[in-house]
Amino acid sequence: MTVLALENVTKAYPGGFTALDDVSLTVAAGDLIGIVGRSGSGKSTLLNIMGTLDAPTSGTVRVDGVEAGALPDRRLATLRGSRIGFVFQHFHLLDALSAADNVAIALLYTGVARRDRRPLAVAALERVGLGHRVGHRPQQLSGGEKQRVAIARALVHSPALVLADEPTGALDTATGEAVLDLLVELNRTERATIAVITHDQGIADRLPRRITLRDGRIVP
Amino acid sequence: MSPGDVLRLGLLGIRGRRARAALSALGIAIGVATMVVVTGIPAAGQRALADRLAALGTNLLRVQPVSAGDQPTLLPAESVAMVRRIGPVEQVSAVANTHRVVRRSDLIDPEDGSGITVLAARPGLLPAAGAAMSSGSFLTAVTARFPVAILGYEAAARLGYDRLPPPGAPAARVSIGNRWFSVGGIMAPAPLAPELDQAVLVGWDTARVLLGFDGHPTVLYVRAREDTLDDVRAILPATVFPQLPGLVQVSRPSDALAAKREGARTFGALLFALAGVSLLVGAVGVANTMVLSVLERRREIGLRRALGARRSHIRAQFLAESVLLSALGGGAGAAAGIVVTAGYTAWQQWPLVIPLGPVAGGVSGALAAGVLAGVYPAVRAARLTPTEALAAV
Ligand SMILES: Nc1ncnc2c1ncn2[C@@H]1O[C@H](COP(=O)(O)OP(=O)(O)OP(=O)(O)O)[C@@H](O)[C@H]1O
Ligand SMILES: [Mg+2]
Repeated sequence: MTVLALENVTKAYPGGFTALDDVSLTVAAGDLIGIVGRSGSGKSTLLNIMGTLDAPTSGTVRVDGVEAGALPDRRLATLRGSRIGFVFQHFHLLDALSAADNVAIALLYTGVARRDRRPLAVAALERVGLGHRVGHRPQQLSGGEKQRVAIARALVHSPALVLADEPTGALDTATGEAVLDLLVELNRTERATIAVITHDQGIADRLPRRITLRDGRIVP
Repeated sequence: MSPGDVLRLGLLGIRGRRARAALSALGIAIGVATMVVVTGIPAAGQRALADRLAALGTNLLRVQPVSAGDQPTLLPAESVAMVRRIGPVEQVSAVANTHRVVRRSDLIDPEDGSGITVLAARPGLLPAAGAAMSSGSFLTAVTARFPVAILGYEAAARLGYDRLPPPGAPAARVSIGNRWFSVGGIMAPAPLAPELDQAVLVGWDTARVLLGFDGHPTVLYVRAREDTLDDVRAILPATVFPQLPGLVQVSRPSDALAAKREGARTFGALLFALAGVSLLVGAVGVANTMVLSVLERRREIGLRRALGARRSHIRAQFLAESVLLSALGGGAGAAAGIVVTAGYTAWQQWPLVIPLGPVAGGVSGALAAGVLAGVYPAVRAARLTPTEALAAV
């Protein structure tokens, strides 16, 4: 089953630089994809478009068969919030909130009742092995723990697709390995669909499917 | 997202930056506190005045001659008796200027009268003029025939008698026209007849005998049935002075007090407008804080957009923050205003009137200021695209 489809997607930034050039790809449920390529090759641009954070200049993006470009902001936000989970290189956790509350934000905008949010968030933290850090603030967590909180946040609402932009980029090698292991594990045991951008060839080699970008084009 | 969720989001931004939030709410608080105080204190004063007027009665008419040229007009000696014959008149009394000087001791320069007038008083003056004693007792039928003086409130202070000496101590005396008078009592302030405050009163007949007073009254105090007051007022001049009614002036002292109250009210309106201006300045402070808050939290905005927040959710979050900030300021300001008002009215011994209107007005003004201050930052926050916001450092 296809969860995401890009057709002839081109992205030209203001100023005329073409960061993506006629990219087409599909992601099927249960995929674990590594997106690799040199710096500036368009990986982040591609991921933003896959995640509907940015709109392509031309071409179409379908999430769960729904064409994202045709939706008003209201419905696009809801689609994004319910079907996609994001993991960022710099975690993007809110310092004022506990780990559980950070995870619960992912349930806030998709209509999950308040009383259900916390149990779901705690369960997601347990799935990433952080059941004992539920009440900790981000400042009280290690880098690897922070990224696992972020992964729990990306998974808590059972999205169709998890997009991770260099999730190991801010971590040391061993911690990065552990975070990647977690993603591989979640893909295998829970059949989570995941696309990961990485610079690390060693990491990429471990992933079942690879997309290589060069100058905004997919290398066949 | 429920309204509770929106409120919690608004609080989140405030909790994260308490000191800044407190400072920007302070502007609003000062505005609202000023509003409450500038309306609450005059309201309490008016209530106190109204209470006092009710106690003093509004049926008093004051009759006085106006001088024609440099010759003072003298009311006929029998004018008091004439007024008493008017049907609806309930009480009438009078005082007359004796043109004598009063001193604490006869060693003081006789020219130095300290601005105190010596008045001859008819019986029944106290109830008619709405005056009361603060110590001692007023002239009785007996003491009115002896050299006994009653001191008006301010006159007593100027003569150095704040209260009567205790029994056993040397009796209080004053010298009037080089004769000694013993002080029989001291009056409380007389709001309806303030001229009595600066006067020393002696008995009518005593004044004639000892001070050579001519028997012509200078002020008549007339109490009449409230419903006939206008009619009585109309016939008083001719009754008092049939030869020259045009030289008789009749006034109603309670009207003068009420007019003073009106004056206080217009002044209060001006202060209230000023408080409104300071509320507006407070709103600018909140707007400034909100613009900063949006700038600093672009990544949070991007994150929330990535997690499914609509533009309207982002707008609601920042608007809620702004309104909460102002509401906190408004609440604190209203509380502070009430405390100040309560303190001041307690000190003045006025009844405490919690100015509900201004409190409600001030708090809703603060809320409106919060909305006003939040709209622009909130719209700006919502306009950011998710990628722009996430890329912010
Ligand atoms: N907002 C933007 N405006 C203009 N050009 C941009 C913008 N964002 C990215 N680019 C350009 O588009 C190209 C692709 O950028 P992108 O961030 O997708 O690269 P990347 O593959 O993620 O690189 P890295 O591995 O360094 O993160 C780069 O040359 C970059 O300079
Ligand atoms: Mg990148």
